[in-house]
Amino acid sequence: MSEELFKKMAQSIIDGDSDVAVELANEAIAAGIDPLVAITDGFVIGVNQVGDAFACGDAFLPELVMAGEAMKAAVTTLEPEMARRGSERQILGKVVLGTVEGDIHEIGKSLVGTMLGASGFQVYDLGVDVSAEKLIGKAVEVGANIIAMSALLTTTMVKQKEVIELLEQEGLHNTIKVMVGGAPVTREWVGKIKADGYSEDAIGAVAVAKSIVGAA
Amino acid sequence: MTKKIKSVTNPKLKLEILTPTDVKKIHDATLWIIEKVGVRFPSKRALDIWAANGAEVDFDKKIVRAKGELIEKALKSAPPVYPLAARDPQQDLPLDGNHVFVGTDGCGVEVIDIETGVRRISRLDDVRDIARIADATEEVGFHWVAVSAQDKPVETRGLHEIKTIWENSTKHVQTESIYNEREARAAMEIAGLIVGGKDKLRERPVLSLMQCTAPPLGHDGGSLDAALVAAEYGIPTGFMTMAANITTGPATLAGNLALGNAEVIAGAALIQLAFPGAPVFYAAAQTASDIRSGAYTGGGPEDFIYGAAGNVLADYYNIPISMGSFATGAKEPNWQAGIENSLSTFMASIVMSDMLLGVGFLHGSRIWSYAEMMMDCEIFSIIEKTLQGIVVDDETLALDTIAAVGPGGNFLSQKHTRKHMREVFLPQFMDRRPYNEWESKKDNAADWALAKARKTLAEHQPEPLDEKVSAEMAKIIAAMEK
Repeated sequence: MSEELFKKMAQSIIDGDSDVAVELANEAIAAGIDPLVAITDGFVIGVNQVGDAFACGDAFLPELVMAGEAMKAAVTTLEPEMARRGSERQILGKVVLGTVEGDIHEIGKSLVGTMLGASGFQVYDLGVDVSAEKLIGKAVEVGANIIAMSALLTTTMVKQKEVIELLEQEGLHNTIKVMVGGAPVTREWVGKIKADGYSEDAIGAVAVAKSIVGAA
Repeated sequence: MTKKIKSVTNPKLKLEILTPTDVKKIHDATLWIIEKVGVRFPSKRALDIWAANGAEVDFDKKIVRAKGELIEKALKSAPPVYPLAARDPQQDLPLDGNHVFVGTDGCGVEVIDIETGVRRISRLDDVRDIARIADATEEVGFHWVAVSAQDKPVETRGLHEIKTIWENSTKHVQTESIYNEREARAAMEIAGLIVGGKDKLRERPVLSLMQCTAPPLGHDGGSLDAALVAAEYGIPTGFMTMAANITTGPATLAGNLALGNAEVIAGAALIQLAFPGAPVFYAAAQTASDIRSGAYTGGGPEDFIYGAAGNVLADYYNIPISMGSFATGAKEPNWQAGIENSLSTFMASIVMSDMLLGVGFLHGSRIWSYAEMMMDCEIFSIIEKTLQGIVVDDETLALDTIAAVGPGGNFLSQKHTRKHMREVFLPQFMDRRPYNEWESKKDNAADWALAKARKTLAEHQPEPLDEKVSAEMAKIIAAMEK
C-alpha cells in the first residue's frame, strides 16, 4: 500500500504538480508514515528521475523548476509532522540568498534558490534589494554555510564586494562562504572580491554550493 | 573624415509579420494586462503621477492598474517623428520611419583588448577607443555607451562615459547607463554644455536615454526617475523590454509580445502623462531563454521574429523604435555570430526599425570585440544594400548593352558596366581569394576586421570637443564626486 503511495509521490514530482504532492504528503501523515521515509522513498525518487532526465537532455529547465517547487511544497507539508516526531531532514547545508542592495533583478536569484532547494539545501531567500547587514544578519541567525548573492548591474555588482568585506571585518568569512552570480559577474571579478564560488547559471550553482560544503 | 552616416532608406523589400488583426489582438491583450494584472512602478514620483491621472495605484505593492482609455489617450500626445541631434548637426538622425540607423551595442562589462587580444574588465579608455572608431565608420549612426567604465566611481560612471564619448565623436549619444535622478540631472547639465544650455536640449537633443524594464511587468525605480528628468528637458526616452520566453515571459511568442508591450507602453504613457508631447520611443530586445539552462540567448528564430514584430507595434502607437538586433550569443566572431547578427538585423531592418542596437558584442552583449564591431558594420552594409532590392527601368534593363555584346562575349568592357559597377557590393571582410592564397595565409575575416579597427584607432582624428566645454563637464562630475 505504501509502495503505491511512494510511486504516486515520485510521479507528482515528475509531473511538477505541487497540489498533488501536498495531497499525497497529507495522505502519508494520515497513514502514519514517517515523513522522512515519505521523502526518501517517495518524493526524492521523483526529483532524481527529473534530474537524470535533465542531465541526458530529455527534460528542460521548466520541468526541473516545477519538480523543485513540488518537492518544496511536499516537504513544507511534512515539516510539522517531522517537528512533532522530533526528526529532521538531512540537509546539505544552509544558504542565505538575495539580490544585492539597489538591485531589483530577481529571476536568476530565484532560479538558483529553487535549484539549491531541490538539491537538498535549506534556502533562506531574502528577495531583492537586500543590504549587506541583512544578508549577514540572517546568515548568523540561522547558522548558514553560504551567502549567495546576485547582481545584474555593474553599479550594484560592487555591493557583492562590500558584503565580503563586511564578513571579513567581522571575522565571519571563515565560517560563512560566499557565492556570487549575475550577468556582469565574471571569473576575474570573483577573484578580485575574493568570493568563494561562482557560476554562470543556476544548474552550475548547485555543483558550486555542494563543493563549498564538501558534498560534491 | 567621413561625415556621412549610412542608413536603410526607401527599401524595396517588404515583410508582413503581423496582420492588422493580429496587432489589434496584441494591443487588446496588452491593455487587459495593464488594467487587470498591472505593472510595477517602484518610484514615488511615478506612482503619484498615475494616481493623479485616475489610475488604480497600490502604493504598498507599487503596482499600477490603468484603464485602456487612459493609456491610449496618453500615448496620443507622443510625437511620431523627431530627430536625434548630434554634436555635429550634419549628423542629426531623423527618426521619421524612413531611416534605419545602427548604433554601438551596450552595455558590456568586458573587452577583448585591441592590442593584446586578452579579455579583461572594461574601463573608461575602452569607452574612448570605441567612440573614436565608431566616429570614423559610416555604418555607426549613433553611440550607445558600449562598455561600463568600471574604473570610475559608481555614482558618476554614467557621466564619465557620455563625456568621454562626446570628447571623441560628433555623433548622437544614447545611454542606458544612467538610472537615477541625481545622475540624470547632472547628465542634463553636461548635455546642455554641448548645445549652449540645457533649455536648448528640447530643440537639439544630443542625448537620449534608454531604460530597461524589469520583466515580467515591472520597472526599475531609478530608471523611472531618470527618464522623468530627461522627459522634462525634451530628451528622448524609451523603455526597453527584454522579456524572454520561458523565464521572464510566457513560452509563446504572442503572449511574450503582449507582456513586453505592456511594460513598454505603460512606461511611455507615464512619460506622456507627466510631460505631454515629450519625445518617447519604443524599445525591445525580446528573445527566448534557452530551454535547457534558462540562459539569455541573443539569437535564434524567436529573436529574429521579435526583431520584426517590435516595429509593427511601435508603428501602431506611432512612435519610433529602438530595436535590439545583433547581440549574438557566440563566444567569438564565428558561424553563430554571422547567422544571428545577420538574420536579426535583416528582420529588424526590413520593417524599418528606426534605431538598431547594435554592433560589437559577443556572448550576449557582455564582451566587446573590435573585430565583431567591424564585421557587424559590414553585416549592416550588406543588409542596407539588399533592402534596396531591384530597380527596374530602361537604364537598369540595359537592353542596348545586351544587344551590343550579343550572344557570347562579355560585359567587362562596356561603358554601361563601368557606369554601374560600383553599385555592385564590394565586401571588406568576405574571403573571395583564390584557394591557394588562403591556404598560404590561413587568415580570415576576424583578422582583417581587427586590423581595420586598429588602423582606424591609430589614424582617425575626431573633431575635438571645445576644451572649455570639456573642462566644464569635468567640473560637474567632480562636484558630484565630492
